[in-house]
Amino acid sequence: MTEHFNEQLNEWKKQVEKTNERFPERKEQFVNKSDIEIDPLYYPKEDQVDGEYSEKVGFPGQYPYTRGIQPSMYRNRFWTMRQYAGFGSAEETNKRFRYLLEQGQTGLSVAFDLPTQIGYDSDDPMSEGEVGKVGVAIDSLEDMETLLEGIPLDQVSTSMTINAPASVLLCMYIAVAEKQGVPKEKVTGTIQNDILKEYIARGTYIYPPKPSMRLITNIFEYCANEVPKFNTISISGYHIREAGSTAVQEVAFTLANGMAYVDAAIESGLAVDQFAPRLAFFFNAHNNFFEEAAKFRAARRIWAKMMKEKYQAQNEKSWRLRFHTQTGGSTLTAQQPDNNIVRVALQALSAVLGGTQSLHTNSRDEALALPTEESARIALRTQQIIAHESGVADTVDPLAGSYYVEQMTDEIEKEVMEYLDRIEEMGGAVQAVEEGYMQREIHQTAYETQKKIESQEEIIVGMNEFKIEEEVHEDLLRVDEQLEQRQVNQVQNIRGQRDQSQVDEQLNKLKQAAQTDENLMPYILDCVKSYATVGEICHVLRDEFGEYTGM
Amino acid sequence: MERKIRVLIAKPGLDGHDRGALVIAQALRDHGMEVIYTGLRQSPAQIAQAAIQEDVDVVGLSSLSGGHKTLFPKVVEALKEKGAEDIPVIGGGVIPDEDIDYLLEQGLQKIFTPGTPTTETVDFIKSCVSGDSHE
Repeated sequence: MTEHFNEQLNEWKKQVEKTNERFPERKEQFVNKSDIEIDPLYYPKEDQVDGEYSEKVGFPGQYPYTRGIQPSMYRNRFWTMRQYAGFGSAEETNKRFRYLLEQGQTGLSVAFDLPTQIGYDSDDPMSEGEVGKVGVAIDSLEDMETLLEGIPLDQVSTSMTINAPASVLLCMYIAVAEKQGVPKEKVTGTIQNDILKEYIARGTYIYPPKPSMRLITNIFEYCANEVPKFNTISISGYHIREAGSTAVQEVAFTLANGMAYVDAAIESGLAVDQFAPRLAFFFNAHNNFFEEAAKFRAARRIWAKMMKEKYQAQNEKSWRLRFHTQTGGSTLTAQQPDNNIVRVALQALSAVLGGTQSLHTNSRDEALALPTEESARIALRTQQIIAHESGVADTVDPLAGSYYVEQMTDEIEKEVMEYLDRIEEMGGAVQAVEEGYMQREIHQTAYETQKKIESQEEIIVGMNEFKIEEEVHEDLLRVDEQLEQRQVNQVQNIRGQRDQSQVDEQLNKLKQAAQTDENLMPYILDCVKSYATVGEICHVLRDEFGEYTGM
Repeated sequence: MERKIRVLIAKPGLDGHDRGALVIAQALRDHGMEVIYTGLRQSPAQIAQAAIQEDVDVVGLSSLSGGHKTLFPKVVEALKEKGAEDIPVIGGGVIPDEDIDYLLEQGLQKIFTPGTPTTETVDFIKSCVSGDSHE
């Protein structure tokens, strides 16, 4: 028993050494205010070791990764502080990006407006009233060039919240990088590209599940060969949780979706280790502190087992569940919005103690409007305080060994597995989504939660208890109402200036390819480079694939 | 037997956040109302059409994407065009206080913001409907 433990321990020590050579620790020595030295990792003494620890908890950087995916986690580098931003025009968003980078943010995260997310140009009648509202409006490559102007794409990694038209926006990103002189092999970032949760919870789908899954596997294949450092999907529980699920449902449905993508990619002819290392995840951090921290630990363990045992992945990178976290938007209150700063701090702390790779902290005013610059700065500062002042990042997985947290991790795992078995019996996640199973489960939880809040069984401070009379909130961010018209003019200008015969030819080639089982990525890239718009490209595919119309 | 109050819950525009719409729909049903939910991405004209076809007493709109200032008044307008201006329209979602007066001027009957208990919406709808029948 102790033999195995000692093997694991020695292996971990070796890994730490290797990591430290590449990325030296943040400090020469970690000590607290009392001058007590802080070890990189605390673990059971040899006489306390039992087989359960080695098997279920183990060491960070080692299977099953309960304690984290890297051997020394934040001792070397903090998580990436990645604030989601984007509103109005490409120029404005570019300015906010540059501001955030100057303020010490370490990665970009682009929010697109709804027309872009659903594949409509700004001048489409469907887009009326929505242009530039919840994110930046991107119609053609020109907008993408403006959005990324002056941002070195060989140094900054960019996460793009884009799903149904992910292939189009990724091609635009590649095209801009090439114009900057950065080759495809060097660009880094993530596209969300998780269509299943769109049907379940988020709503920005275009095509039916089957052709949507094809586009996703096309992206996996193309990127494995051409854009190897890009994360090709961010399998998202975030929106499932926002729609009302429990923590267990969030993990269960997300991992079920993850398995559906793995199955689809394998079915399309890819080997599991060819694409699995580029799969990323995205979770929510809610209010129940220890439940959340345990949730992240459980998710890592389940995925590792799944990839190793069920899918027989050989590459250790395929076993590691890497994830981004965002604090819970639906936990924010419109009442006494400054209280939200405290909620966000607690949620962010659970994500850090759960071993997140990157983090977005919400702004206090998001139950009222898009965040102001000041609110966005406080949100970033919250992460920086956790990183630089609290000391929680000085040792790896400090919650391990807590009776409560370890048992909660086990129980979450058990309940998630029950859901996964049920979904498998139904024929997998795609089938379950089409039958509305996850949607119903989430809706039921959402309604129960609402009833508990109204009966005050759940107390929401400042909303159903500890209330005050409040004044109107004046300093909210307003999106310029003239912007829509300007964006409409701009896309119409582009259509007038470009070589139309070239656009028609590329769109036609895409249409032909869509009728075969060829990979569509090279065709989409050619369309994008000819300044065909997001709407034009998506319309070609709508004609071929049809549209999903909901349950 | 007394006719049940009929309510259309609709999501105008492209916004996909329907947790609030679904929760409200369920709450109204639990209070004995008949609720028709349109699903996502409905145009103002489609919503007005559905309201008339389903012969509803009230239309409830939900938006979290910031499009309410354009889209909510268009629903009121579309109802008017079809001669159904007597159907009261209410709205909810992430709507800043400062937009509420504008929406009321545009013919919305009431705007419910985050944190409103569903019972408050139920009571308002009941008062809307009984108010109409006394006229």
